[in-house]
Amino acid sequence: MSASMNYLDGNAAAGELSKVFAVDITSAEGQCANCGAKKRFAEAHLYMQCPGLIARCPLCGHVLLRCSNIRGRVFLDLRGMTYLSVESAPQEASN
Amino acid sequence: MEGTAVLERVTWRVAKVVAVHDETATARTLALTVRDWPGQIAGQHVDVRLTAPDGYSAVRSYSIASAPNSDGRIEITVERLPNGEVSPYLTKELMVGDDLELRGPIGGWFVWRRDQTEPVQLVAGGSGIVPLMAMIRSRASAGSFAPFRLLYSVREPGAVFYRDELQALSDQNNSVIVTYAYTRATPKDSPRPPGRIDAALIATGTWPSNLAPTSYVCGPTSFVERATDLLIAAGQDRERIRTERFGATGERK
Repeated sequence: MSASMNYLDGNAAAGELSKVFAVDITSAEGQCANCGAKKRFAEAHLYMQCPGLIARCPLCGHVLLRCSNIRGRVFLDLRGMTYLSVESAPQEASN
Repeated sequence: MEGTAVLERVTWRVAKVVAVHDETATARTLALTVRDWPGQIAGQHVDVRLTAPDGYSAVRSYSIASAPNSDGRIEITVERLPNGEVSPYLTKELMVGDDLELRGPIGGWFVWRRDQTEPVQLVAGGSGIVPLMAMIRSRASAGSFAPFRLLYSVREPGAVFYRDELQALSDQNNSVIVTYAYTRATPKDSPRPPGRIDAALIATGTWPSNLAPTSYVCGPTSFVERATDLLIAAGQDRERIRTERFGATGERK
């Protein structure tokens, strides 16, 4: 298997990112700051072989998000995305 | 009811093992009860955290296998990896009555909701069957008529999870159509030699693209990439294919 297959996807980052985000991050839509692709965060390619997490655009490979835990603080770098959008009334109960 | 799960802030909870059941020689299902469990949607996963006496901790993600219910009980199925840090403990050491730290439910994208009525194509590679089984069970428990098909790629007959239950479900008026694809060894009556999934298998084992199914593909990364490419080549709409990848080793995280 090639090293280029050594990634997971945004689903695997959702538990860690729930420390920061109050809503489900996997169904959030983000736009890549490099190629402009608009994708759900679940579709990002996720690399975990490094300290912390790196999510890359599945189309162009640009780094979308970096997240690391350093001395009890979570550092989040989101500059690889033009925007991240979530439902403003997330999943309201239907009953 | 299902939707309320996502409103809860995700926090670590203590789960108690209430039953264990071996699926194969290397995979075990753990039934857990979780206090104040908010309920889940089929396809979601949990993170499990093990902490050693010296404070070292390891976190792994495991898909929930059971259908949503209201009794605070969930099941996960764990494949034991020879050099795994967490899976040998979960599949060999952990006993009924033991506690486990767990965070979830997690994920709102790779899910099947009971109000979905369109045809569903499930494509599993190895232990990627687990979240798809939750969808199949959720469909059954909800009395849904959504047309379901499963293409299940697995090493050999002995590596199949949930075999009897899948058989029973597919016997019930073909309520879920199951196609097995064996990669290393086949049963005696298999019409196809062992091999990776290919275009011919996609053609016979999945819904035609004109039915516009929603597809859920789960397995090791290389499997997911291959299966997704084959579905797209067969005319499936890329926007209707949802994927969840395990690591090359099958152990997530």
